Amino acid sequence: MSDGLMQLLDPEAIVLGSDASTNEEIIRILAGRLEALGYVKSSYADAVVRREMTIPTGLPLERADNVAVPHTDPEHVLKPGIAMGTLIKPVTFANMEDPDEKLPVGFVFLLAINDKDKQIEALQSVMATIQNPDALDGLRSARNLDDVRAVLG
Amino acid sequence: MSKQKTILFACGTGIATSTAVNVAVTEAMKKRGLTFNAQQAKATEVPGLADSVDFIVSTTPISASVTKPVIKGLAFLTGIGKDKVLDEIEAQLRK
Repeated sequence: MSDGLMQLLDPEAIVLGSDASTNEEIIRILAGRLEALGYVKSSYADAVVRREMTIPTGLPLERADNVAVPHTDPEHVLKPGIAMGTLIKPVTFANMEDPDEKLPVGFVFLLAINDKDKQIEALQSVMATIQNPDALDGLRSARNLDDVRAVLG
Repeated sequence: MSKQKTILFACGTGIATSTAVNVAVTEAMKKRGLTFNAQQAKATEVPGLADSVDFIVSTTPISASVTKPVIKGLAFLTGIGKDKVLDEIEAQLRK
């Protein structure tokens, strides 16, 4: 695997096998990690949750466990970072392209982005992982950081 | 040689997924021998900007008031149906 996503994910911001039962719950867990690690302001979590209601970020991958990439405006971000959560049981996110459609989501990549020109590589890494079914299957069964590293390199 | 076309890439924040789609389309069109001017915006800004671009590629729904062609860009995030969307974009660029 050469996605290189591991270089952009803060190990402290990886939550494996969360039992969160709503999209807001997993967003707040991951946003809490990013805030504690100094990536985002305290306003970030509310901003992401609010934005997810009107401009959702679920991506339909034709799987039982799809991906969501919640994020918000740069003003809430202190420095760029990515948090990742995997869920024991998928939670519901709405489809980015069709907000009326609900998707079961098993993987959440919470993005803290504030400069599009410098964060292209990070976005491409996330996309490459999303588009790789083997990587997602590997992440679903990952139980510790070494497992994640083995998948994301 | 016709005038270089301008594509407006849109998403919710105008910074995250539209950047990813912009890069993916730019690379793919280069392989097809096509270049274009790129702009990025929030979906909510599109109605005010649409007049100055040739067409729009968006990952989120765009107001029905926009009369320029709108191509759905989610395929560049999911990887599903990407070739078909690239063909649509190429057709618009060659118009």
